[in-house]
Amino acid sequence: MEIAVCVKRVPAPGGTVTLSEDEKSLDARNLGFTIGPHEECAIEEATRLAGIHGGRVTVLTVGPDEALEQLRAAMSFGADRGVHVRTEDGELGPVATATALAVAIRDTEWDGGGPDLVLLGNEAPDSADYQVGIRLAHVLDLPCLTGLKSLQVDDAAITGRREAAGGWDVFAAPRPAVVTVREGLNTPRYPSLPGRLRAKKRPVQTRTAVPDPVDAQLIRLRVVQIPRTQAELLATGPDLAGELADLLETWGVLA
Amino acid sequence: MILCWVEPGPSGWEETTRGCLTMARGLAGRLGARLVAFTVGAQPDPVGLDELGRLGVEHVHVCAPDDPAYLPAAWGRWLAEAAGSGRACAVLVPGTDRGHEVLAHAAVRLGVAMVANVTEIGLDESGQPRRITRARWAGSVLEESVLPAGPTLASTAPHAVVATEVAVAGTPTVRVHPGAVDPADARVRLVEHIPPASTGVSLATARVVVGGGRGVGDPEGFVVLEQLASLLGGALGVSRAVTSAGWRPHTEQVGQTGTKIAPDLYIACGISGAIQHMAGCRSAKRILAINTDPAAPILAQASHAVVADVHQVVPALVEEITRRRANGGPDRPR
Ligand SMILES: Cc1cc2nc3c(=O)[nH]c(=O)nc-3n(C[C@H](O)[C@H](O)[C@H](O)COP(=O)(O)OP(=O)(O)OC[C@H]3O[C@@H](n4cnc5c(N)ncnc54)[C@H](O)[C@@H]3O)c2cc1C
Repeated sequence: MEIAVCVKRVPAPGGTVTLSEDEKSLDARNLGFTIGPHEECAIEEATRLAGIHGGRVTVLTVGPDEALEQLRAAMSFGADRGVHVRTEDGELGPVATATALAVAIRDTEWDGGGPDLVLLGNEAPDSADYQVGIRLAHVLDLPCLTGLKSLQVDDAAITGRREAAGGWDVFAAPRPAVVTVREGLNTPRYPSLPGRLRAKKRPVQTRTAVPDPVDAQLIRLRVVQIPRTQAELLATGPDLAGELADLLETWGVLA
Repeated sequence: MILCWVEPGPSGWEETTRGCLTMARGLAGRLGARLVAFTVGAQPDPVGLDELGRLGVEHVHVCAPDDPAYLPAAWGRWLAEAAGSGRACAVLVPGTDRGHEVLAHAAVRLGVAMVANVTEIGLDESGQPRRITRARWAGSVLEESVLPAGPTLASTAPHAVVATEVAVAGTPTVRVHPGAVDPADARVRLVEHIPPASTGVSLATARVVVGGGRGVGDPEGFVVLEQLASLLGGALGVSRAVTSAGWRPHTEQVGQTGTKIAPDLYIACGISGAIQHMAGCRSAKRILAINTDPAAPILAQASHAVVADVHQVVPALVEEITRRRANGGPDRPR
């Protein structure tokens, strides 16, 4: 089985965010970078399925030179090869991203002519455009299942569940298909040391992406100022528990 | 016209739909445009229709295929067709799973951009609704952008607009249109709906949530947190550090990629307060943080804080509540 997984390099901010000088991105100087949780699950699922059905996992990313780091990380989780679609001037919009991924997938060699399954995160943690998977599916003329938290793949069909009003909607589509997933699909393993060493030697193909005039033009970002409550600090004396219980009572949550 | 896809809820229209219609009505007012609701399946019943009228809808476009089951690609195509035939200058949907999915398919059909999680739509120099403000990073950052062409396809961020109704409401007119299914659009099918399991307190709707983070230390540390949650009739929630470590299941995770909670009280134990965690608990009325680090970011967002070790505070509190209950104590006046 040929499985493609699409991942994005995103900053990993902690308690606060600050912007770059041109207000067009996060100030990345003190930030680490990562792959979003949804996509970590996509990689885990791909390697799990390749383990069951046999086959190959190809990881693709659209991003700056540094996104090679995320490709290598994905390969240390078990992906066999990578495709890096390089961007030059900042982040691409969702139309350009989907097009770049589609062209890269078309130009890649696959056993059987194309991937059996293309996995993406349901939405990227930073831009949250909620559409790259669907746009990609249309360009490749494949069906697209979105937001899945469970996935079964057999020879002919793909089924999976998406949360719906506290319950589940179960969707099905024929294979091949594009599937976008959410964290909770599985519990990603940590990469092993041999995995990390192997990842360094796996092949990466490089291409270039261009912006698409259909996408929205970014003007600037603004940080949302969260009203800073001055937390009322409770003294930690010997009767802290009694005081806390009194408070809970005042708030009406003890009754 | 402004076209708005409306999503029915268990009773009446979903709150996200009501907020979306409120934003759409504001925009329609500024543009002097008609507000048209789009729905697939049966016609809205009289109660539903009246509610749409109170939300400012003037006309309802009902698409009635032979089979009303949810078909994402087909619904997107029909929405695009309605937008095209009505020359809509904007198409709005609530920012839900189905809203995003239907709108993305419609965007492909119309060959235009789609903007998600929109909090505000303004007019550009030519008076078109193409100046967009939308939420990134789960609401921590806002993005301002401009769309190069119309129509504007936008999903509205949940809670971005509080739903309001008009003072003098009319009853919307209704027109039913056929919906033919292209076979390519029927490849993805909804085969079953599994209703919620009705056991226990659900994290999403609990009045009290006891949250545990990395500071809880190990899987055993959650036993006493669960005791506290159950004494308060609440649910246990955890941070991603906890689910990644395999200490607790992802169904308990609160945050950007977990469950969004809105309890009266959130007791956050050993949680630092990363923006992705706070994205899931921002709607809590009160946050009580228990953390050993006085500089932890969560203290700047909590209403109350105890700078102390969770391993001391929580067991003592559980003991105190249990003692009061055993005495038929002061917390049980009734
Ligand atoms: C794209 C993305 C999405 C994410 N989504 C989510 C999400 O949905 N939910 C989520 O939670 N996180 C999410 N994260 C992770 C998030 O950034 C943080 O890493 C995570 O929330 C940290 O969890 P924590 O607060 O438990 O751990 P830490 O940040 O390690 O904090 C532990 C805290 O415990 C305190 N502590 C330690 N010992 C004790 C003690 N004995 N008593 C009291 N306090 C103690 C420490 O002072 C510290 O403040 C996401 C990250 C990314 C990049």
